[in-house]
Amino acid sequence: MSIMLEAINVTKQFGGLTAVGDLSISVPEKSIYAVIGPNGAGKTTFFNCVTGFYKVTEGDILLDGDSLIGLRPDHINHRGISRTYQNIRLFQNLTALENVLVGRHPRMHAGWFGAVLNTPATRREERDAMNKGLDLLNFVGLHGVSDELAKNLPYGAQRRLEIARALASEPKLLLLDEPTAGMNPSETEEMTQFIEKLRDELGITILLIEHDMRVVMQISETITVLDYGKKIAEGTPAEIRSNPRVIEAYLGRGAATQHETAVAEVPTQGE
Amino acid sequence: MTQEKKPTWKDAIQLGVIGGVLVLFVSLVGMVQAFDGRYIISETLTLGQLLLFLPPLIVGYISATRTDAQHRVSGILFGSVSGLVTGAILAALLLLGSAINLRAMFINASPELMDILMFGQETLAVATAVLVIGGALLSVLGAVIRLSPPLIRSAILSGVSAVIIMGIMQELLKITFGGRDWYMPIDDFLYEQKGLSWMGVVVTFLLGVAISLWRARSASRPKKTVVKTRSRERQRYVQIGSFVLGAILLLILPQFLGPYPSEILNTVGIYVIMGIGLNIVVGYAGLLDLGYVAFFAIGAYVVGVLTTTGSLATVMWSWWLALPFAVLVSLLAGVILGIPVLKMRGDYLAIVTLGFGEIIRVVALSNWLKPYIGGAQGILQVPKPQIGDFVFKDPEQIFYLVAIGIGIVAFVAFRLRDARVGRAWKALREDEDVAEAMGINLVNTKLLAFATGAAFAGLSGAIFATKLGSIFPHSFNLIVSINVLSLIIVGGIGSIPGVLVGAFMLVGLPELLREFADYRMLMYGALLVVMMLVKPEGFIPEKTHKAELTDRGDVDFDSEIEPIAPAITEI
Repeated sequence: MSIMLEAINVTKQFGGLTAVGDLSISVPEKSIYAVIGPNGAGKTTFFNCVTGFYKVTEGDILLDGDSLIGLRPDHINHRGISRTYQNIRLFQNLTALENVLVGRHPRMHAGWFGAVLNTPATRREERDAMNKGLDLLNFVGLHGVSDELAKNLPYGAQRRLEIARALASEPKLLLLDEPTAGMNPSETEEMTQFIEKLRDELGITILLIEHDMRVVMQISETITVLDYGKKIAEGTPAEIRSNPRVIEAYLGRGAATQHETAVAEVPTQGE
Repeated sequence: MTQEKKPTWKDAIQLGVIGGVLVLFVSLVGMVQAFDGRYIISETLTLGQLLLFLPPLIVGYISATRTDAQHRVSGILFGSVSGLVTGAILAALLLLGSAINLRAMFINASPELMDILMFGQETLAVATAVLVIGGALLSVLGAVIRLSPPLIRSAILSGVSAVIIMGIMQELLKITFGGRDWYMPIDDFLYEQKGLSWMGVVVTFLLGVAISLWRARSASRPKKTVVKTRSRERQRYVQIGSFVLGAILLLILPQFLGPYPSEILNTVGIYVIMGIGLNIVVGYAGLLDLGYVAFFAIGAYVVGVLTTTGSLATVMWSWWLALPFAVLVSLLAGVILGIPVLKMRGDYLAIVTLGFGEIIRVVALSNWLKPYIGGAQGILQVPKPQIGDFVFKDPEQIFYLVAIGIGIVAFVAFRLRDARVGRAWKALREDEDVAEAMGINLVNTKLLAFATGAAFAGLSGAIFATKLGSIFPHSFNLIVSINVLSLIIVGGIGSIPGVLVGAFMLVGLPELLREFADYRMLMYGALLVVMMLVKPEGFIPEKTHKAELTDRGDVDFDSEIEPIAPAITEI
């Protein structure tokens, strides 16, 4: 199995603060890979490094073997990485369809003159993008809201729309930053299934940050645990669940010594 | 929102005081007096008096807005209290102004003003009573209008507006059509020496009512069925037909109107072109540019330098040859300004662009470039464009240039708005970081917006140069930038038809009504404040903007989740 994303000794410092320290991970192609950790562990910072929003202080990030270091966010998107945000960041005053069409931007080519002259190529491209956008909205379960303003959609729909927007650029790697944040148990369950469906039907690699252990344990093949910017564990859900350092990071030192009790605290798969 | 809408004494008095401050303001600032010369209705009502009548009317109208259906009577009652207070405040001014000389502080508190406030009464006591009771009555009238059924209300308002507009337009109509045979009977019928005749009042009022009713009827008629029954081909014919008809109308319009109104239309048109350009920068891309006049100036100066036959003559090109250069140089200037401000957002961007606008003006005034662009003396003898023997000499002919310019610019703006480029601009406006993460090249997208806007301003400047026939630095003040920005805001940010409306209101009206000229900035300020409070999305809002500003961006989960929930669970 080839490696889709590889981070090699990535360090990101803000002044004296090390947000991400010496982090190395390899995300296999078509896998669902989770990064977890307590608040402030540097998960989102790592995402921002991958998408080029932050410049890494040290280390290298490879997508399909090519380095992403020094590329602007828009270039990285062109290379095939797309993302969603922890606090939904849709284009609030654009319609649902327009949001998806903006996401389609890197796959389209019409420029200023193409738009003004409305050339056959532009028209074809617009029509294709429109169809593709509507298909995507249906795919994420947003039927008949294409002309609704993004901000008027309910919370769950906004999350879905954000994913549709990210998918519109046909990425190889999708970064999901807490996709189930703020959702109730049934919505969370739906979203979990939806993420698996994304991988299975579209064949894309998914790297996600998630707080909900139930989700993480259920869908991810590999999990990396961060604490204070450092990787403290990596492995399958089963390995992570029984790792004493993970338990310590999540529940404190006292809990880790009472190993047996603590294992029971971490929710198990399929509960 | 949910609390019961029952007015209190405090609200009523508060409103009354606001109305009172308003009447005091218009009186002491001199507007009442300045507008007193213009009769709306012959011998009966002047524009100045109307200005005094409006605040109590509005106060009554507003206080009725604040009541719901159950409290109609008390709404009217409270409205009358508000009007009473407003009238009393005005009466206080009259009493005070008659007793002591206020002119040391308020230069406009003149005997003439006091004379107007007397409303033809002999004694001060009677006049005071008239003001107070009149205020109350007017606000009751306002409240009654507000509480009457919508159809009647809009009919009345439309009729009254028609009377006021026709009253104000008397002079303009006379200037425009005074020489024509067909106009004289109309004038005799509608107008006395000064102001509308009573016959004219009745006719125009009924006309306004008729328009309002007709609009209400056509609005309630279902539109979809009409469109469906038409075949595609027929729609196309209708489209072409209306286009040709529009073109013919535009062709004969300036001949019909004559030089003076054409000149005003040209001025408005030049602002429309700039408005559409700035709309791309501010409305679509969300980049607040306060130095927009710079590109207008550059366009004008390029045409000036390349075409002038005066003392600064260089190559003496024809206007047509110089035009593309003017647009191109402005466009480049847009890119050049764009580069240093790429990283800036919001306030910082506004300040830097403001500076850029001033730099261009100062450079134009400077001795440094005086040998080429004439410094404060400007460039004279800019020739008129010519096609064969047809010279675009007078305002009537320049009008065609302006109309074609607006056509081109609006067409380009429409096309860009719904295309990939336009969506990128809007994404930029909404959230720059996310736009970049979605693969949008911020540098190119921003520069494209600046360049497009600047090119439009350059075109506008080129037309301006030949329209005026000479160019002076003082034509390119900061105030031009502010005008353009204001007209966009009044018309509706992001909306192209809004630019037309805004330009007519902010540029056309002050040209039409010369008395307004002194109070132009005051009116701008008042209009902008009122617009922001009452109709922040502008007169003709962009479709998406409308929703943005009215529901304040909050998602109401309880009410919104219902229709979409079934769709979500389908997966």
